[in-house]
Amino acid sequence: MEKTMTEIRWHGRGGQGTKTACLLLADAAFASDKYVQGFPEYGPERMGAPITAYNRISDVPCSIHSFIYQPDYVVVVDESLLSSVDVTAGLNPEGGIVINTPRAPYEMRRFLRGYPGRVWTIDARRISEELLGGYFPNTPMLAAIVKVSGILDPDRFIHDMEASFHHKFATKPQVIEGNMKCLIRSMQEVQAE
Amino acid sequence: MSIRERLSGNEAVAYAMRQINPDVFAAFPITPSTEIPQYFAQYVANGQVDTEYVTVESEHSSMSTCIGASAAGCRAVTATSSAGLAFMYEVLYVAASSRLPITLACVNRTLTGPININNDHSDSMGARDSGWIQIYAENNQEAYDNYLQAMRISETPDVRLPIMVCQDGFITSHAVENILLEEDAAVKAFVGEYHPEHALMGRDHPLAVGPYDNSPYCMEHKVQQAEAMKNAKRAILDVAADFEKTFGRKYGFFEEYRMEDAEVALVLIGSTAGTAKACIDSLRNQGIKAGLVKVRVFRPFPFEEIAAALSHVKAVAVMDKSEGYSAAGGPLFAEVRSACYDLPNPPKMIDVVYGLAGRDCAVQDVERVYRYLLKIVETGEVGPRYIHMGQRSAREEVLGNGL
Repeated sequence: MEKTMTEIRWHGRGGQGTKTACLLLADAAFASDKYVQGFPEYGPERMGAPITAYNRISDVPCSIHSFIYQPDYVVVVDESLLSSVDVTAGLNPEGGIVINTPRAPYEMRRFLRGYPGRVWTIDARRISEELLGGYFPNTPMLAAIVKVSGILDPDRFIHDMEASFHHKFATKPQVIEGNMKCLIRSMQEVQAE
Repeated sequence: MSIRERLSGNEAVAYAMRQINPDVFAAFPITPSTEIPQYFAQYVANGQVDTEYVTVESEHSSMSTCIGASAAGCRAVTATSSAGLAFMYEVLYVAASSRLPITLACVNRTLTGPININNDHSDSMGARDSGWIQIYAENNQEAYDNYLQAMRISETPDVRLPIMVCQDGFITSHAVENILLEEDAAVKAFVGEYHPEHALMGRDHPLAVGPYDNSPYCMEHKVQQAEAMKNAKRAILDVAADFEKTFGRKYGFFEEYRMEDAEVALVLIGSTAGTAKACIDSLRNQGIKAGLVKVRVFRPFPFEEIAAALSHVKAVAVMDKSEGYSAAGGPLFAEVRSACYDLPNPPKMIDVVYGLAGRDCAVQDVERVYRYLLKIVETGEVGPRYIHMGQRSAREEVLGNGL
């Protein structure tokens, strides 16, 4: 069957903004005239607990309402999850995985249970601490997945995100510039193998 | 012109409420419906509505507030889920028997024991005999569209019954998806204003609400209420026809998906319908004649219409997203099976209870049900009639032969 849809699974920990990044990706794809779904898996959330969120992004409407078991891409917002969560479960070998870590992609292979697809890394901690003054990994991870997946035009994405941030941070406009810089830096720094 | 947007199901319902600008919103939060009063509180704070926003101490009180407001002639709304709906139980009956057209946004969540916040239909199914009209949505679009239609159905003079507009908790309530919204003026014109003939404070036609009703009259009132529920069927179709004329989206008692020549079919309610449609498209490509009946209106139940839709099908699986604990299947199964009893050649029919307390149902799960039905058609053997999907159990009858 012809693939008309890109499915993305996010793994993070409560408090890191994984759900927000997932919803922002849906926003950005919507702005690029796509059909979108963005939804987290809900349970007894608390700071630090593993959480999962999902995106479906498509050129045609999607009626499926289930979790995603065979994603095209996986985003790992917290690398400590690699030891406890099977993040590559069902992951499309033609797709890939983006991991938030200061290490190089080849160093991460050994945590990926033999996954044969592409691996990218991005140091979202350093980027966000430098540009936002704190550990907010979600904005860099959002830019990284947009860059590596090619699902959206990068220039249009950057343009649309600025509008999105103005809406989201209407009450704290001082953080918009830092977040915009995070997006651009992350797109430059995301490393392929 | 419709407005292209992306919203979660909860946002969509709150948006509809803002456009309608009801007189009274009685608010008490419970997951996963909490966002509805939360968004609406912002509209109140921003002066976008002039609704009396009443924050109460429980759901029993939120429904009681709606009853008081509706009896006084106001358009009254609330939202709840799960234990919140259960806590309203006593007053749900008061609202219905007092013939008060209250609108309740029910964001379906399982009932407690063991505690769980995720979706199934056990909350609203528990209230299915309370006298409320019940309409269910597959996605955020339908949650919005159903809400826009709800008040006109409920306020129809020969209906005058409260209405529950249901959607699947988290699955649609918290999922951001594309949606077409309608302009404020068009919505206001469609929904119209509410001018009840009688109201508690009406100077010319005052009304007594909730008096004691002696046995020589009480049964008459209950039968009138039952007649009103029958009348609701016509009102639902009339409002749907006008909705289609105005906004272009079609609704009925249920949606038939590729049923014309279907040999095997599912009957279910809510968001799983979308997943089933994707499965059907794939099975149809393999030459399998699969179809779906997605029930939108559960109360009043479209008895004859469902039977007609299933009359040519060989095997049907009713999929219940609540466990009725009847020892004989869930509430949807009981209705559908009963509806088909008078057919000359009723389809073979099983009940598959699935998705309890947020258990996910993916395309491959739905496909297993269709394959199970194909086996029934092939062998002529129905086997166990009441089974549960995807159970960790060694017992064949619980497993349902691999379902």
